[in-house]
Amino acid sequence: MERFVYADNAATTPVSEEVLKAMLPYFREGYGNPSSIYQKGRDAAKAIRLARDKVARGIGAQPEELYFTSGGSEADNWAIKGVVEALAKKGKKHIITTAFEHHAVLHVCQSLRKHGIETTYLEVGPLGVVKAEDVAAAIREDTALVTIMYANNEIGTIQPIAEIGKICREKGILFHTDAVQALGNLEIDVKAQNIDLLSLSGHKIHAQKGVGALYIRKGVRIPNLIEGGGQEGGHRAGTENVPAIVGLGVAVEIATKDIQARADKTRKMRDRLIDEITKLPRTRLNGDREHRLPGNVNVSFEGIEGESLLLMLDLRGVAASSGSACTSGSLDPSHVLLSIGLVHEVAHGSLRLSITHETTEEDIDHILKVLPPVVEQLRAMSPLWENIVKGENR
Amino acid sequence: MEYSDKVLDHFSNPRNVGELTDADGIGEVGSPACGDIMKMYIKVEDGKIADVKFKTFGCGAAIATSSMATELIKGQPLEEALKLTNKAVVEALEGLPPVKIHCSVLAEQAIKSAISDYYTRLGVDPLPIVGPIKDTHCHAHFH
Repeated sequence: MERFVYADNAATTPVSEEVLKAMLPYFREGYGNPSSIYQKGRDAAKAIRLARDKVARGIGAQPEELYFTSGGSEADNWAIKGVVEALAKKGKKHIITTAFEHHAVLHVCQSLRKHGIETTYLEVGPLGVVKAEDVAAAIREDTALVTIMYANNEIGTIQPIAEIGKICREKGILFHTDAVQALGNLEIDVKAQNIDLLSLSGHKIHAQKGVGALYIRKGVRIPNLIEGGGQEGGHRAGTENVPAIVGLGVAVEIATKDIQARADKTRKMRDRLIDEITKLPRTRLNGDREHRLPGNVNVSFEGIEGESLLLMLDLRGVAASSGSACTSGSLDPSHVLLSIGLVHEVAHGSLRLSITHETTEEDIDHILKVLPPVVEQLRAMSPLWENIVKGENR
Repeated sequence: MEYSDKVLDHFSNPRNVGELTDADGIGEVGSPACGDIMKMYIKVEDGKIADVKFKTFGCGAAIATSSMATELIKGQPLEEALKLTNKAVVEALEGLPPVKIHCSVLAEQAIKSAISDYYTRLGVDPLPIVGPIKDTHCHAHFH
């Protein structure tokens, strides 16, 4: 049986043993509705309370500032639409964000145009890091919100969140960050970093899919996204997904422990991948080398296309992703890669490998064994590569 | 992405990959910005396609359709090769996911483009024989 290496942790992660163990009792024994008066209900409510404490602690927040959602996308939608709705009547109709946010932020901003909301999409430069001074320069009289992702999901670059938070606090502007990719990889402290709202997601940190949370700093009041029963202190309706929430609590607790040690271990393997892969001809790293998530590798191979690369890797036991149009299902390649200035054909030839501290050196060996021949094979059949080589030999 | 076994076979073991240095006709369609380019080389003898090779920059379906298309026209008289439709390529591959059908259109156009070039090199106007080759495969929008 050939080795299988899962190198797509930025897309999703397996539920860990500890998380699954913590969740299981809540399916057939602890199945009470947390709003119910009897013992089973009270037990479920208590489990949620404990989970809330864990998640809040993981980001330096108070438990009453933490609201469980169905995931990162819901948290992003709620934060942005909520702030905009709250401040529109005060004439604040401007949002500042970046050109390479996740679609759960970008598409919300775009959808708010019909309500007269104008959005500034800040450039992120060739290295994929936004400048704090650009944020400051973009702030206007009518700015309602700054929303900037903590770390980019495709190229892994880390944004100057504390600096941006400081600027926003000084200017009295609310600051939201999508921390879905950052949680567990970087130390997050919402108080020290002056973060007013933060989105997080379970399935990137070994909890199940379909659960996440929105942190809303005490004193910040935004309308609900989901109305109904009085769950989550009347702020997010819907009978609580108890097993998922319990799992999330355990996942955050584990993810925010020993961040440095795990990051160091992961970074070493990441660097080995980057160093070896970029030795291949006409191959480049996408995004800042240093200000980068410990597990993220994103490279472009000139002359080949991403989906065919992924298929070949899959046949050789490596699961990864790409920013090519064929994989995004649209005619354009990834907006993230375009935002750092890649031309279409180079963006089409991109590969993202995302590892964790549980990836092994043997896994890295396997990737490095199968990847170069695949690139070579695809280049040998590419008319684009033929032109590139001919151009060099002129 | 639901690729049939036939597609995966033609993807992993593509037939007729390469170039013909003494080609009688070369056709290239698609665009790098679009993520799909097919280049076809043909050798024509006695009005038949004696040899054919291809190079493709593109996804799994693009490579598989190129490979299958070259197999289908190899040894065929030019008039038969011109009758090859993208539908026939898709059928021979036992189906393509709907979002990938456009790759088969590119294969059909690459063949027509190579045969057009063959006629052009002979000083014959290809248009009445081959017909127009609409490169409508990709509607790329440039930002």
